[in-house]
Amino acid sequence: MRRLATGLCALALTFAALACEREERRFQTLPAKSARAQPVRLTTLQPGQSLPARSGHGPYDENAWAISEGERLFNQYNCSGCHFHGGGGIGPPLMDAKWIYGSDPQNIYDTIVEGRPNGMPSYGGHVPDDQIWKIEAYVRTLSGLAPKAAEPDRSDQMEARRSEQATSPAAPRGQKAEHPQ
Amino acid sequence: MRDTASGHRWEGSEQFYRGAILALGLALGLAGCRTRASKEDGKPAAPARSAALAGARVAGQPPAQQDDGQWLMPAKDYASTRYSALAQINTANVAQLKPAWTFSTGNVRGHEGAPLVVGSTMYVVTPFPNILYALDLTQPGAPLKWKYEPPVLPAAQGVACCDVVNRGAAYDDGKIYYNTLDGQTVAVDAAAGGEVWRTMVADINKGESITMAPLVVKGKVLVGNSGGEFGVRGWLTALDSGSGRIAWRAYSTGPDKDVLIGPRFKPFYPQDRGKDLGVSTWPPDAWKIGGGTMWGWISYDPELNLIYHGTANPGPWNPDIRPGDNKWTAGIFARDPDTGEARWFYQWSPHDLYDYDGINENVLLDLELQGQHGQRRKVLVRPERNGYVYVLDRVTGEVLSANPFVHVTSSRGVDLKTGRLIEAPDKKTGFGHIVRDVCPAAPGAKDWQPSAFSPRTGLLYMPHNNLCMDEEGVEANYIAGTPFVGANVRMYAGPGGNRGAFTAWDPAAGRAVWSVPEPFPAWSGALVTAGDVVFYGTMEGWFKALDAHTGKELWKFKTGSGIIGQPITYKGPDGKQYVAIFSGVGGWSGAIVAAGLDPRDGTAALGFVNAMKDLPQKTTPGGMLYVFALP
Ligand code: HEC
Repeated sequence: MRRLATGLCALALTFAALACEREERRFQTLPAKSARAQPVRLTTLQPGQSLPARSGHGPYDENAWAISEGERLFNQYNCSGCHFHGGGGIGPPLMDAKWIYGSDPQNIYDTIVEGRPNGMPSYGGHVPDDQIWKIEAYVRTLSGLAPKAAEPDRSDQMEARRSEQATSPAAPRGQKAEHPQ
Repeated sequence: MRDTASGHRWEGSEQFYRGAILALGLALGLAGCRTRASKEDGKPAAPARSAALAGARVAGQPPAQQDDGQWLMPAKDYASTRYSALAQINTANVAQLKPAWTFSTGNVRGHEGAPLVVGSTMYVVTPFPNILYALDLTQPGAPLKWKYEPPVLPAAQGVACCDVVNRGAAYDDGKIYYNTLDGQTVAVDAAAGGEVWRTMVADINKGESITMAPLVVKGKVLVGNSGGEFGVRGWLTALDSGSGRIAWRAYSTGPDKDVLIGPRFKPFYPQDRGKDLGVSTWPPDAWKIGGGTMWGWISYDPELNLIYHGTANPGPWNPDIRPGDNKWTAGIFARDPDTGEARWFYQWSPHDLYDYDGINENVLLDLELQGQHGQRRKVLVRPERNGYVYVLDRVTGEVLSANPFVHVTSSRGVDLKTGRLIEAPDKKTGFGHIVRDVCPAAPGAKDWQPSAFSPRTGLLYMPHNNLCMDEEGVEANYIAGTPFVGANVRMYAGPGGNRGAFTAWDPAAGRAVWSVPEPFPAWSGALVTAGDVVFYGTMEGWFKALDAHTGKELWKFKTGSGIIGQPITYKGPDGKQYVAIFSGVGGWSGAIVAAGLDPRDGTAALGFVNAMKDLPQKTTPGGMLYVFALP
């Protein structure tokens, strides 16, 4: 009996607390310098005076081995089925300078994790975070955004040429896209 | 879920998706089940259920039937002739054809659809998001009557292999029926524009989508899925036209009971007889993700009470992953429309090596074949992706002739004794090597673009491709909802350098009569009329009229964008003959323009970009309906 009373009491208190939260007027606001105050931005347009944008960093952006792993994963997770070797198909090209959802490492990571509304699958939770960062690092090489030293020097993709013998060695990987902004 | 990417299946996530989409499907299905009992007045005539047209080479052929001037299904009639008996516009006056009015869809993706004309209303369906517009032909300029906009999941764009196209609607019994990219079939009140029912029949999280135009036969709306590049399991399904409920579904792979193979199934060739061949001609379980979709054309013979539909390529493209004949993919079924039961089957490309989907149009003719004097046969003419025009006996499924209409290296002909395609061992695709100069390329000698047949000339008018390719087999991982292909491809022009052609073919003699080369694949449909004029469009945007007898160009008009739509003709309420066509480049061939693909990657868009690098210099995207008339 006593236990029941305690239980009821606790329950009542919980409700009361909930009700309090609803009615509470907070006199303290969130700290002004939240993490999003200097975000990675998707656009250059800002309300009022321009504030600096942060540029994100991927853990593997300069690491040649991780980038080559990223290339392998790009094929194995079927990114290549929709984007091919950067020229696009179902998904938009990834080798050009046009980005709908941003070219910053953080933007690309977010695109892969969250998915995008017009057909980009959301890979978050399906692929380990570490692999996503490797894929991100590889994606940036497609449009020449990665440091040259870290880029894969030769692509194993099917080259658009008649025969191995008919062309001079190391056919250029297509011209580099201009960097955005 | 595995930690590494080397796993082949993601069971967990697949189940999750299935559950989620099932719930969604149910919710939508329920919402769509409320039927509207509205009856409109001035109900237009039902589609002509005429028997197949007779071939012109047939002695004592009846005169062309009376044409009511409507266009109720994309192929015009159940025999899929795309022939109109209207003759106001003819070889003598077609040069004076002028635009009468236009209509912008505001959509920049590929417009592969066919307008419909029912009574005094025209209906057009746009590519995704699949809006249906009704235009009032009684008013000057054909103003908008109403539009119907179904809710379509934008994510469906991710599982549409080859642009987000829609190939049109069909009319029957007061309703317009069509499919949405995300896998719904809808019925819309043709008079008022209200939704009558809407049924979710496919699942984008399995990689399914729908792009085909349905065919309505005896109160059944026939619909098939797309997704052969996503490891889906192909099917054709029949929905009750009144309620939208699924009446039957016939899969293209798996056990006989799923394929609707029973005691009435009598294939002509012995290789198609046996129990559960849809399982035993595959490695274990591969049939579950083996393709054989049905995104193309269906014909119907009311006398035999048979529908004819093809089945698309097996998946993945890399054939080393699926040893066996891969039944019942890349073939054709004759089925009973009432029950879906299979009656016969023939396989164009057993163990297909090149993405030769077998879903092209089936033109039903009564033809006297050359050398068979006085003997008319009920035939089915099929210009097939693998490069041959087949003439089949449509009662039995026997191959009567199969002659190449382009340069073919991928096979060495069709053995008329066994019915089997003769393989070319030097062109076998697979792991570890690049096969070069495979002709025709993956989109085939002719893709979906439907041909037209004139009983007056006895000729089949085929818009088609002239493409070859290099192909390299690579690993394919099945992850539901993502591509399952396992091949790198690049395509290029076939012999002669022209990537397309428009060819008049004599199906009785099995040879071309004339052919007009086109710089780009001729990716539009064809239309032929009793005025002996044949119409088609080009990917640069020209809409052309040729003399049906000689192929001489009589007229052309440059539309705003490349043409990949299906031309139709109709008689307006004013008694005049009109010709209508969608302009709006895209589709697999035009994705480089419609989706802004990068020409530096020849493998882009499954290798089609390599062959279309100069298209962006020739045309820009933008959907517009053009309607032409004599002044
Ligand atoms: C099923 C097809 C499909 C697969 C698989 C796929 N993508 Fe995408 N991707 C798309 C589509 C479609 C879009 C465009 C989405 C939109 O505009 O909303 C896109 C967009 C993107 C973008 C944004 C491009 C921009 O301009 O901002 C990136 C980056 C990207 N994908 C990378 C990847 C990576 C990496 C993978 C594999 C982990 C992948 N995609 C797998 C279809 C796909």
